[in-house]
Amino acid sequence: MITVTDLTKRYARTTAVDHISFSVNKGDIVGFLGPNGAGKTTTMRMLTCFFPPTEGKATVAGFDVFEQPLEVRKRIGYLPETPPLYLEMETIEYLRFVGRLKGLSGTHLENRVAFVLDRCAIADVKTRLLSKLSKGYRQRVGLAQAIIHNPDVLILDEPTAGLDPKQINETRDLIKSLAGDHTIILSTHILPEVEQTCQSVLIINKGKLVATDSVHNLQARARGAESMLVNVGVRSGEFPSAAVQARLQRIPGVSGTALKEEFQSGAIFEVESKKGQLVRGDLARAVVEAGWDLNELRPSAMSLEEIFLQLTGSDAATASTAAAEAAPPSEPPASTEAPAPEANA
Amino acid sequence: MRNTWIICRRELSSYFASPIAWLLLAMYSIIFGWIFWNFLAEFIKQGLDMEMMGQMQPMNVNEQVIRPLLGTCSFLGLFVIPLISMRLFAEEKRNGTIELLATSPVRDVEIILGKWFAATLLYCWIIIFACINFVFLFRYGNPDWKPLLITLLGVFLQGAALLAIGTFISTLTKNQIIAAAMTFGACLLLWVFSWVSSYDSSTWAQVLSYMSVITHFDTFDRGVLSTKDAIYYLSVIFLGLFFTARSMESLRWRS
Repeated sequence: MITVTDLTKRYARTTAVDHISFSVNKGDIVGFLGPNGAGKTTTMRMLTCFFPPTEGKATVAGFDVFEQPLEVRKRIGYLPETPPLYLEMETIEYLRFVGRLKGLSGTHLENRVAFVLDRCAIADVKTRLLSKLSKGYRQRVGLAQAIIHNPDVLILDEPTAGLDPKQINETRDLIKSLAGDHTIILSTHILPEVEQTCQSVLIINKGKLVATDSVHNLQARARGAESMLVNVGVRSGEFPSAAVQARLQRIPGVSGTALKEEFQSGAIFEVESKKGQLVRGDLARAVVEAGWDLNELRPSAMSLEEIFLQLTGSDAATASTAAAEAAPPSEPPASTEAPAPEANA
Repeated sequence: MRNTWIICRRELSSYFASPIAWLLLAMYSIIFGWIFWNFLAEFIKQGLDMEMMGQMQPMNVNEQVIRPLLGTCSFLGLFVIPLISMRLFAEEKRNGTIELLATSPVRDVEIILGKWFAATLLYCWIIIFACINFVFLFRYGNPDWKPLLITLLGVFLQGAALLAIGTFISTLTKNQIIAAAMTFGACLLLWVFSWVSSYDSSTWAQVLSYMSVITHFDTFDRGVLSTKDAIYYLSVIFLGLFFTARSMESLRWRS
């Protein structure tokens, strides 16, 4: 649906976006992630034909953003960072205006207006002046104007910025529910948002694309290996911590173990294994056969936050300290120094 | 064309949704009414004086009331026009709504024309509203309506030309006050350029004097429909809107 090749935007002194390439399939929700000033908005503005790229090519629904901007704009719904509302208008009046601007008219226009009022849950404020609406409502009106002409592609620039937690959830659900009919790119710097709403992620930093993958793969990739958290305990007596660790270490496929947390009658170990090796069953069996209790066994997923910091940190040192701060203090160094930047492909 | 009309309609409704249109309408009507009353009172006094002294010089409503009044009208435009045109693009840039327009399937030309049309329509509406005063002249006197219409056309053309310049200036800034001040300056400059012709007749002076909006208003003011002067106004309009289009384009390349 969207193909971007070597897209570059240079301003007088700075390069805001530096040769980024990616593509998005129809119906996907893609999270566009990066710190402030990384070039997210610039990229989105190029895709929406707000301004042309300095170099490179981007096509949306088969139309080039530079050659056929009008065709592209017909197929794009765009919600900028601040919703583009004419504050002196009423909600319904505003939506009609945008609808007409996007080429709708007559009963079709009225139907679409009624549809988006309902879909974005703003029907109760349809005759209210936009200047009187709360931030959450404004954001939803912004979303409503973006989908009014039923575009193939939706581009949302920080759709949940400045909303309260309840509104964030509602907006997220709304975005997710739109996914089937629309291809969505949304930018954000809130990581859980991406984990919850998006299928894949583009991480951009200082104008460069540092990673592009599905959320799931990205987590695995940042690890370079798979790791499990095993909570082992005994019902009575002293917990043989060293023996348990040694036993876990002997399981075929396990490349490393570390004691993460110890308590009176048990401990949590982190067990690393090479990617693709399924050691869960062996782990469980080993613990149970040795007569210990297996209280918990779960994969330890690195949060996107850690990946993000790792990939966008200005140098390795800040990245690993930041990641270590986010993780429990006893985290072994092996996991923070995961080989990541191969993701650059 | 359809898009131009959509944008024009929204602009007009937003003029009237904010107090600015009503304010201008009210202020202009009051000032115009006051001036009208003054010219008329003087005209009547002159008429009475002459009657008392037994002189019967020809008196002409067109020459003595309507013409100076519409001359003032075009002068008042200097103050009204910056206030009309200042918000056209500056407000959109400040509120970020320009992003909506610029990413909608609409050509830049259509946006610009729509906005300029709306501003011109508002200006015409203000003038026409003030011209209701003339009804009294037609009711109690017998003025010639043809020169009146031609002078009004001159007022409209001059307003449309200055509004085109104002539209251009509005694209240059996010700040409406700066846009208004710059437009006022530009209008005033184009006004006083004509003064040079009174003491200088070199080529430069002639060029400057030709550039002045008031030079070309004179013929309309006399009730003469002159194609040459109409073409001057039309070319200023074209130039103003052309620069607006270039400015919007550069906005896209730079911003």
